[in-house]
Amino acid sequence: MSLTVGDRLNKAEEAVQARVKRHNSLTSGHRACQGCGEALAARCALDAAYNATGGKIVVVNATGCLEVFTTPYPDNAWGVPWLHSLFGNAPAVATGAAAAFAARGDHEMRVIAQGGDGGTTDIGMGCLSGMFERNDDVLYICYNNEAYMNTGVQRSSSTPALSRTATTFPIKQYMGNDPMSGKCVPKIAMAHGIPYVATATIGDIRDFERKVVKAIHMRGARYIEVYSPCPLGWGSQPCDTVRLARLVVRCGLYPLFEAENGKISSVTKIENLIPVEDYLRPQKRFAHLFGKNADPEHIKVIQKIADANIEEYNLTGGC
Amino acid sequence: MLHQIEGAQAIAHAVAMCRPKVVCAYPITPQTHIVEKLGEMVHAGEVENCAFINVESEMAALSVAIGSQASGVRSYTATSSQGLLYMMEAVYNASGMQLPIVMTLGNRTIGAPLNIWNDHSDAMSARDAGWLMLFAETNQEALDLHIQAFKIAETVGCPVMVCVDGFILTHAYEGVDLPTQDAVDEFLPPYNPDVRLDISNPCAMGMMVSPEYFTEVKYLAHLRQQNALKIIDQTAKQFAQKFGRESGGLVRYYGDPNADTVIVAMGSVIGTVKDVIDELNAAGGKFAILTIVSYRPLPVEEIRAALSNAKRVIVLEKAFALGRGGVLAQEVELALMPFSGEFLSVIAGIGGRPITRTLLRQFFTQETYPEKTTFLGLNHKVVDIMSRME
Amino acid sequence: MPKPYATVQDARTSLQNKTGTWRTMRPEYVHRMPPCNLMCPAGENIQLWLAHAQEGKLREAWEVMVDANPFPAIMGRVCYHTCELACNRTHFDGAVNINRLERSIGDVALNKGWSFPVPTRSTGKKVLVIGGGPSGLSAAYFLRRFGHSVTIYEANHKLGGAMRYGIPRYRLSTAVLDAEIDRLLALGIEVECDKRVSDVAQELQNFDAVYLAMGASLAVQINIPTDEGATVIDAIEMFRCLENDKDKMPALGKTVIVYGGGNSAIDAARTARRLGADKVQIVYRRAMEHMRAHDSEIKEALAEGVEILCLRTIGHIHKGSVSINKMELQNNELVNTGQVETLQADSVIYAIGQQPDEKVVLSISDILIGEGSTIIVDKNMMTGAKGIFAGGDIVPGKRTVTDAIGMGKKAARCIDAFLNGKEIPAKPSPDIATFKKLQLDYYPKSPRIDVEPKVNLTFEEANLSYDDPKVILEARRCFSCGNCYHCNNCYAYCPDNAIIQHEDGSLEFNYEYCKGCGLCAVECPCGAIKMVPDDQQ
Repeated sequence: MSLTVGDRLNKAEEAVQARVKRHNSLTSGHRACQGCGEALAARCALDAAYNATGGKIVVVNATGCLEVFTTPYPDNAWGVPWLHSLFGNAPAVATGAAAAFAARGDHEMRVIAQGGDGGTTDIGMGCLSGMFERNDDVLYICYNNEAYMNTGVQRSSSTPALSRTATTFPIKQYMGNDPMSGKCVPKIAMAHGIPYVATATIGDIRDFERKVVKAIHMRGARYIEVYSPCPLGWGSQPCDTVRLARLVVRCGLYPLFEAENGKISSVTKIENLIPVEDYLRPQKRFAHLFGKNADPEHIKVIQKIADANIEEYNLTGGC
Repeated sequence: MLHQIEGAQAIAHAVAMCRPKVVCAYPITPQTHIVEKLGEMVHAGEVENCAFINVESEMAALSVAIGSQASGVRSYTATSSQGLLYMMEAVYNASGMQLPIVMTLGNRTIGAPLNIWNDHSDAMSARDAGWLMLFAETNQEALDLHIQAFKIAETVGCPVMVCVDGFILTHAYEGVDLPTQDAVDEFLPPYNPDVRLDISNPCAMGMMVSPEYFTEVKYLAHLRQQNALKIIDQTAKQFAQKFGRESGGLVRYYGDPNADTVIVAMGSVIGTVKDVIDELNAAGGKFAILTIVSYRPLPVEEIRAALSNAKRVIVLEKAFALGRGGVLAQEVELALMPFSGEFLSVIAGIGGRPITRTLLRQFFTQETYPEKTTFLGLNHKVVDIMSRME
Repeated sequence: MPKPYATVQDARTSLQNKTGTWRTMRPEYVHRMPPCNLMCPAGENIQLWLAHAQEGKLREAWEVMVDANPFPAIMGRVCYHTCELACNRTHFDGAVNINRLERSIGDVALNKGWSFPVPTRSTGKKVLVIGGGPSGLSAAYFLRRFGHSVTIYEANHKLGGAMRYGIPRYRLSTAVLDAEIDRLLALGIEVECDKRVSDVAQELQNFDAVYLAMGASLAVQINIPTDEGATVIDAIEMFRCLENDKDKMPALGKTVIVYGGGNSAIDAARTARRLGADKVQIVYRRAMEHMRAHDSEIKEALAEGVEILCLRTIGHIHKGSVSINKMELQNNELVNTGQVETLQADSVIYAIGQQPDEKVVLSISDILIGEGSTIIVDKNMMTGAKGIFAGGDIVPGKRTVTDAIGMGKKAARCIDAFLNGKEIPAKPSPDIATFKKLQLDYYPKSPRIDVEPKVNLTFEEANLSYDDPKVILEARRCFSCGNCYHCNNCYAYCPDNAIIQHEDGSLEFNYEYCKGCGLCAVECPCGAIKMVPDDQQ
């Protein structure tokens, strides 16, 4: 008995990712780095959606790593109809696709838009908000790796407190990314009152797939943000990608929840709470918090963020 | 049958008869009346199976159209001025992806200084964006060009921008002949592209192309645009056959066939110029006008053929490149090289300044031209006052 | 409309890009040695039979068991299950109850009458096994499976050795013992009971090899002054009487003292309780923590009212009482304190220890005799005399039934190699699936399922088997240390789809695309993937 992705003792309940006949919406030969969380997350999401709809999905992709490593001409790694337009317009392009299929009378087709955190929370925010407020029939999936990785690890509005990036510097009195900065796009999505918002990680594929399947069967604007570690940008070991995705949840820094029509409808409780330090330590982007000259107060700043999440979402308490 | 309607409404009717499936609307003066009317028609059920989408920006407007066109349906939007600049990234993208979107550009200048009135600065900002660009002379032609534009776009595999002078055409009431829906249907077949977002042929659209293939991609796009010259010409002929009037095409020549002076211009100013040269020719002058309908692709051969015997060529245009001069003028001059006659560039009507017959008549009949580039109707007193304030 | 060029591409063309060239480390599926298997003296593949049991495939589980050990039902009763001490789950939420699972599955086999396939091949070689205890029977079983003819000479009236004469019936019932021995004999093994061999050398003339497995059947003698009329008996003699000659069994009385600290002392004490003694005291020289008896046995004895008196020796046995010398430990040295006490005792049972009877081999000078009359063997279980092998309690070792069975199996292999003129290849040192090699995040806590023993002071078995649903539940607690259990984590987590899952569920690395990130190895719950340097060209 285990919490693994597959289960030979209970084949019927296996995650789509564990099955022999998974679609492989993103196939081999793509050029993602070793241990890429985003490549893994994208395949999980689209395979789950593909499986749930009998293959009736089309995908719109914002510019970014995911687009670049999957479609350098002539090597297309996708196994689903896929369109890339620009960095900041994926939600709008998806809106157009959804409108087109509706106009064609194809009401079974589901449109998925996807992008990284830069394309979603920063440059794509206007189009995303428009797509949300019109309640366009699009499932938007944000693969959150917490910085602009494709351009070389610059800060985004999703970069966590005190993280080092190519544009946030732990130098002199600066601690890395300003802990007072950043935004919570799932909450912004909720504020639009859209039918479904969820956070997920690749550390729990069953949960992620469940949320994708739930979302894909709904109509209107849906938003899923999936935490997808980036070994290159974070200075973590490629083999630790999934482990970090588990640790971030267990320390409280990444609350897993679902919200329907603007209200939180479920929260994943933390079973074995760990200090943020256990999550931060394996990542070089936080190395300045642990060096010889590190100020222990800095880790406390991050712990406070986790503690606030734990309190806000009641992550450790009863239902 | 003639209808006395606003230019914007004429365009809306034309677009509606082309049966778009997605219309994206975002307000900016002076194109707004077009999408307002279209929205009304969509909601009244006058456009079948069409989604009218109120978006949050021009960037979204064209992006939605990119998404819907790529999903295999005819898509339309309209913009002006700043709006075009705001969506410019998507403008290049739509053509790069060879999506036959049709967009109306209600021509207006670009700020700062803020100014909502007509000139061609916005169109010129998109001249290298890979779209086919057609300029309408009258409301009737604006209407006709939209019907032709969908056919051209879908035949070539390239988006088309129909440029219509803001206010002068968009807001002017004129009698226009609205064709019947049946006639339009016969002229414009349903849109059914081979490549689209399609689960039975799950291709990727919008690949990244690296240096080893990029030049070839752009070369092929260039060939396609060159080939569009024939298709634009052909479509205008088919249109004339079907609807019984000349509209569109590449260029139009009017006036003395053996003119000494040929004026080159685009858009609604043509009518005024025609009146002036009619007067001058009646008084024994030898004037003609060459209307450029297709600015992109630029019909270089047709321009050269029309102008090579002229003693003087005057390019009259509503835009210019700061520090260099007329934009169209440069292109025409280059097309004519080597040219033995006199070549003049006139910048006129920018930011909505009226181009009057008087001003034109004075300029066309000058004995000599001290400057190669002239700002028509430049008020030196104002210039003096403003320069003192510097 | 003409088709777009270049910016449009058909699906999955990236398959032409073989990203395996990026790799510097390569994952490999491995079978690491699970600690339970490592610690099993009989060499059982516990992890594998648990895997079958998890699926409810008890027949398959049983077949794996008997591949290494012919007596699952007996093992489930008498084995001291060192496997459970080693079980990685010990450090998590309690060892898997391997012993009770083995017992339960062994019982299912007996109830359903599952039998061993009779060997089809015959080598024509004849092997004599002297002694029909666990080691001899084990050797006979494996030798027979190799196709050799086997004859067992047993000095006692019945087969079983220590399983019958050293273990009380409340631990192992006669029915289970007989049934498992009968099933083994059905393989076609000749048995002569009540046959005591006097000269081994003579027997060798009729056989191609001999396996000496007579056990340690003699009680160690110590000299304690004993008054006439005192009732004194050896534990080993007591068990033999209870099995074969109940008439010769002396009356123990109401108060009994057992002298010794091993498992047989516990067995003797608990047997005395069952024979009607009200007060049974174990007298042991050293401290409680030095007792060689297993904790579970001590616990059960205490539960039955047996008292244990440590740091005491018997100075004198009187009729009805014993004089006890109190001892103390000084720097780990046992020192007599000079204090004396007297305990009531209707009888005294010696459970000091046992040793082999060396007489039968004394005629063969090549056979070396070691400490405690044990026979010295080489690494292939052969004595100094060619063709004469020895194992079980007769050789130096731990003297448990399971060790004896393990030695019987090993001896059978060595004898087979000897008969075929082959060498047994040395086993490489195992790559052990230690606790640290597991990814524990994937295992939910799940407490060990225990079944409380009956306390009824009869000779009926005190411990019980699981019912079938509990077998599956408890078996599913197994971590499957070091061996893939098809959780498909590797397959699911590979960002490059570089693992192929075949229709039958088997997994294979696709090195054409594997970039060597190592995610699969980290996320393998059971440590069955190893990253090795890849020096591909």
